[in-house]
Amino acid sequence: MSTTYLWLTILSMGVVTFLIRLSFIIAWGKFEMPPLVRRSLRYVPPAVLSAIILPELLRPNNAPIDLSLGNARWIAGLVAALIAWRTRNALLTIVVGMIVFWIISLVVK
Amino acid sequence: MNRSSFFSGIRAQLPILLGVAPFGMIYGVLARSAGLPPEIAQAMSSIVFAGSSQFIGTTLFRESAPFIVIVLTTFVVNLRHALYSASLAPYVEPLSLRWKLLIAYLLTDEGYAVGIVRYQQLEGSGVKENSGHFYYLGGALALWTTWQLSTAIGVFFGAQVPASWGLDFALPITFIAIMIPALADRPSALAAVVAAVVALAAHDLNYKLGLIFAALSGIVAGLIAERFTPHRIETVE
Repeated sequence: MSTTYLWLTILSMGVVTFLIRLSFIIAWGKFEMPPLVRRSLRYVPPAVLSAIILPELLRPNNAPIDLSLGNARWIAGLVAALIAWRTRNALLTIVVGMIVFWIISLVVK
Repeated sequence: MNRSSFFSGIRAQLPILLGVAPFGMIYGVLARSAGLPPEIAQAMSSIVFAGSSQFIGTTLFRESAPFIVIVLTTFVVNLRHALYSASLAPYVEPLSLRWKLLIAYLLTDEGYAVGIVRYQQLEGSGVKENSGHFYYLGGALALWTTWQLSTAIGVFFGAQVPASWGLDFALPITFIAIMIPALADRPSALAAVVAAVVALAAHDLNYKLGLIFAALSGIVAGLIAERFTPHRIETVE
């Protein structure tokens, strides 16, 4: 692999990534977006975030779903979710979630 | 106002950085062991600036995959960013081209998550001002800086944080702290639940395709639930 080839490849990777990220941001307002698309946007954050969170809690490292007490991730995640729901306090949620995670990890180990 | 929003954005991103930094170091070490020269391994972090595709790209370089395979794989892995682009688009529409280019360049999972929730909060409070953009910029630049520094530590010093510290858990836990208070109504909650179920089922799919399917399923579920919700839900115009 020549250095020129490597530079060319990572530049292309960068351009492709940048264009995806720019796509709707640049097109918005220039084209008429169907109302359905506009209405669907409000569900992007909850859908994307929970699609990132849940596998991290229940299937770390692509393992099968692990709902055992030996998996500190989902227990800490559940505690954090309850705190976030009741208090809406981000810092408290994160601190308690991490502490619960570390404690269970230590105990299980 | 803009200045304090910028710093609030940085602050909101801090716990996520705790999880991102070890990830960046691992990338740096992996890229060097795949035979990439240090300057190219490091340049990938600033030119591509997308963790998952950098990991997969590194693996493909190691296997001497053809150019077109590497670029197409990058496209598929980063396709989810189009969803983020669409989601941010109505909020950033009034901005100049230069702002839009900057916002797009810095658009990642983490930058999006922190930024979009703020945009929605400001929208809900009826405030018409620029502070959302500075908030996004603060969070996204903090992430960018952390990514560059942490990959450099991996690339040039070969240093890593032990996985046993569990710092990677800071990412999902922060996302929980961001998402739960933002679940405004039943259709949103249903969108989250459906997306979670599909994400768990489809997690074995390569190239982050499971995430895209899950997100799209969640969005459809939200739209359907909307029709059965008695009150009208305001949309982003």
